Amino acid sequence: MTENIKKFYGEELSRKQISDGKITIVEHSPKVKYAWSCGEAMSRFLNELKEGKLIGRKCNKCNRILFPPRMFCEQCFKATNEWVYIKDTGRIMTYSISYVDTHARRIKKPILVGVIAMDGASKNMGIMHYFDEVKSDKIKIDMRVKAVWKRKEEREGAITDIKYFKPLGE
Amino acid sequence: MSKKVGVVGVGYTGFSSVTPDVSWKEIMFQAANRAYHDAGIDPRKDVDSFITCAEDYWEGFSIFDEFVPDQLGSVLRPTCTVTADGLYGLINGYMQILTGLMDIVVVEAHSKISDLLTYNDVLSFAIDPVFNRPLIDLGAHPYYIAGMEMKRYMSETGTTEEQCAEVVRKNKLNAMSNPSAGYEAKINIEDVLSSEELFAPLKRLDISPLADGCVVFVLASEEAAKKLAHDPIWIKGVGWASETSWLENKEWGRAVYAELASRQAYKMANITYPKKVIDFAEVDDKFSYKELQHLEALGLCRRGEAGKSVEEGAFDVDGVLPVNTSGGLLGVGNTLEASGLQKGLEVVLQLRKDAGGRKLPDVECGLAQSWRGVPTTSGAVAIFEV
Repeated sequence: MTENIKKFYGEELSRKQISDGKITIVEHSPKVKYAWSCGEAMSRFLNELKEGKLIGRKCNKCNRILFPPRMFCEQCFKATNEWVYIKDTGRIMTYSISYVDTHARRIKKPILVGVIAMDGASKNMGIMHYFDEVKSDKIKIDMRVKAVWKRKEEREGAITDIKYFKPLGE
Repeated sequence: MSKKVGVVGVGYTGFSSVTPDVSWKEIMFQAANRAYHDAGIDPRKDVDSFITCAEDYWEGFSIFDEFVPDQLGSVLRPTCTVTADGLYGLINGYMQILTGLMDIVVVEAHSKISDLLTYNDVLSFAIDPVFNRPLIDLGAHPYYIAGMEMKRYMSETGTTEEQCAEVVRKNKLNAMSNPSAGYEAKINIEDVLSSEELFAPLKRLDISPLADGCVVFVLASEEAAKKLAHDPIWIKGVGWASETSWLENKEWGRAVYAELASRQAYKMANITYPKKVIDFAEVDDKFSYKELQHLEALGLCRRGEAGKSVEEGAFDVDGVLPVNTSGGLLGVGNTLEASGLQKGLEVVLQLRKDAGGRKLPDVECGLAQSWRGVPTTSGAVAIFEV
């Protein structure tokens, strides 16, 4: 708050005034729940994750391998043509070191989040995920990384079947 | 500047209660792909602007606009969302072309409502949180609002439950000739009248069931349409209006939004006597009585006479004014934001003589009308001509 604010009339609103009901409010929480049909591409992708595999789709017109897979190519606007497995290694495109958690609380051990350009997929095709087994002052763009998977019996067909990516140490 | 805007392509999926085989992106891709094939265009080169009609709460995404480009072919192109029914999107596309900025505009509307597990709760979220929603929280389903409206409409006009039931019979029968419809049936009015009372006087069969589906329109300026060597279906007039969000203050017996929207559209289309010019109409029938109330609001029959006319067969496929030849929302399914565009689709197909087994002979001018559903008092109208 700056000194300037004293020039204005009125009083500062406190959290207590709200909790004491001094300010009239009406509360409501929406109860919403969705179950999205995944369709062909996302379904196959998620089911392959259970097997510890990453799969993409190839477009025979632009020859790109789209990952995660989609049934149509957004550039050529046509159906994609074939399934292609890609590797679980790649290169860090960009990252952030997050010192704040989902609830905006400060955390001691920062979360390393980034996008990985995957080996075997085309340019700008990759996956967003966490990094671990790397110190925040050692992580860097273009670092080679590899997926660390959950144990098979723990996998459920979600991108969190990969726990995180760790440096390949090449 | 282009003075005329035409429909040069349409694409659509079937309409059905569930579509587990496709994702919401894939259902949009299907309809878009068909529309571009129909128009003979490449969306990556030929389209100047793309419009999607969607409500974030139906979709389950915030800022749904961002999730649209891939499946419409609009990556790296002008794209926006109109948060309203498909006819509002059509009107926006129409206006974009009239500005002279755009030559070809794509309009998309879809429903993937089967992905939403809590339809009633999202509907409740559309009700005023201070004055009305507490009653919903006590247990009343929001559709009671439609029940109240039907009651008042019948009381003001003398329309009967039998006449409303006749709308259901007719529309579900029409849907038998529409391969895209999801709720076709051959029933009689006794079936409707004896169906479970839900929001009396509304019974189960008076209510259009929800459906998934997608409709895509390709609009073009007169010059662009000529280059595509098409005989477009021209948009002659459009209108849209809202009454009030105060449910207590609205006209319960009349559809004021439809009265205002249609007058705007008639004026634009230079129509003085709509009954003489409009050959057929697709009007909102989310609830059976709505078709009758809307027809009166549109000036296509006198107030209080729609019920009698439907009984006499005036709105049958071979009647003086065929209404909802597609099967309407009662026969096709309620596709929420896509329902207006589904109505526009049927009008275009009829005018193009592409309506298969339900083809109307000698029609030149048709009207599509939408209502945004409970609890709204908003809707749009578009008039199309060969």
